[in-house]
Amino acid sequence: MNAFMMIVLVFLVVCAVATSLSKNLLVSVVIFMAYSVLMSIVWMMLESPDLAITEAAVGAGVTSILFFITLKKIHAIRGDEEEDRHDKEE
Amino acid sequence: MTKKNDSTFKSRFMSWLSGENSPLDDELESIVSGEEEAGLDMLSFERAELEEEKLELRRDKLLLDEVAESRRMHLWAKTKGAKWLNVFYRTTAFILCAAIIFFLLSTVVALPPFGAEDNPYNNEVSQRYIEQGIPETGAVNFVAGMILDYRAFDTFGESTVLFVASCGVIFLLKLGDHAPGKPSKAMLEAEYDDRHHEPKNDGILQFAAKFLTPVILLFGIYIVLNGHISPGGGFSGGAVMGAGLILYLTAFGFEKTRRFFTYKMTRWISVLPLLCYAGMKSYSFFTGANHIPGGVPLGTPGAILSSGFILPLNICVGLIVMCTMYTFYALFRKGGM
Repeated sequence: MNAFMMIVLVFLVVCAVATSLSKNLLVSVVIFMAYSVLMSIVWMMLESPDLAITEAAVGAGVTSILFFITLKKIHAIRGDEEEDRHDKEE
Repeated sequence: MTKKNDSTFKSRFMSWLSGENSPLDDELESIVSGEEEAGLDMLSFERAELEEEKLELRRDKLLLDEVAESRRMHLWAKTKGAKWLNVFYRTTAFILCAAIIFFLLSTVVALPPFGAEDNPYNNEVSQRYIEQGIPETGAVNFVAGMILDYRAFDTFGESTVLFVASCGVIFLLKLGDHAPGKPSKAMLEAEYDDRHHEPKNDGILQFAAKFLTPVILLFGIYIVLNGHISPGGGFSGGAVMGAGLILYLTAFGFEKTRRFFTYKMTRWISVLPLLCYAGMKSYSFFTGANHIPGGVPLGTPGAILSSGFILPLNICVGLIVMCTMYTFYALFRKGGM
């Protein structure tokens, strides 16, 4: 196991813990995206490029977008109300 | 009058002896008269009323007691109980976490070393795939040969799961019926909600999407078409294409996406590849089970047009996955396309 792999694995654990501990849901999802990207690097280094491509496309791409949409739908992203007020004032 | 208020025992005794007054008279009479009053002077409904009043008083008292009790409980729950619950919750969570971490780590310790020769997964199955994979399937990418030839039935099930998932999302989230030119109220509300997601002429996003979308779509198509030669395949390529479509939709909105990707088209693209997949695999299962030569040339391994059914199967899976991703996004966002 080389040094790069070690660094990536440590960041993986840090991302996993930070995802569950962050108070802001938006930040959580962004850290989860970073986790997926790191995970795809790990797959790449474990010589399974098939999984790496899928992880990058599904984990970092589509899943996060669905999370964002859901957060926006349930008004969990801050700034929505301010925007609304702004729109009404206009 | 005799001294009634004499409280000493001797004076009362003396007066009783002299027959003037009985000390018990007052009390007895008063009791009797009271009983008589209650018994005779009152009508029955009045008595009932009295009883009711008494009952009501008792009920009020009980109610007050209850309110006080519940207040006390609430206070307890808010202060001491909350503390207890917190302690309990935290302790349980800690113990559960520690137990799960312990079991997982002990499993990891028990695993065979990574990449060792005598690992249990180095058995005759993978040996067969490696030795006979290329001549039997014609796919240079073993993974594609495995999932679309040896285990094509599994992949068919996975595609069906994706198709059913997108059907379920459509059933749950699709709004209203498409009466031409007459959107329903729910659709209008969804349109109003969707205003948050619509691009507010974001120059940076639109400029980036203009360059990135063709590249992403091209990359997805490349992954799908080269599934049997290089890493990748239907699922990953389809996910990449779906992500590209979602990027385009986020940048330019539904108005522009509808020009080339409508709801009707999505339905067709979801259903047709699945049917094609089923047809192709039925054919190869039938011929394989009856030992009939299938007549599908395997071609030279490494060429684009090779490996029999794997290339069309990859295209089918890619189309299904792309449609599923796009459907999920569009229906989550607006409940329509």
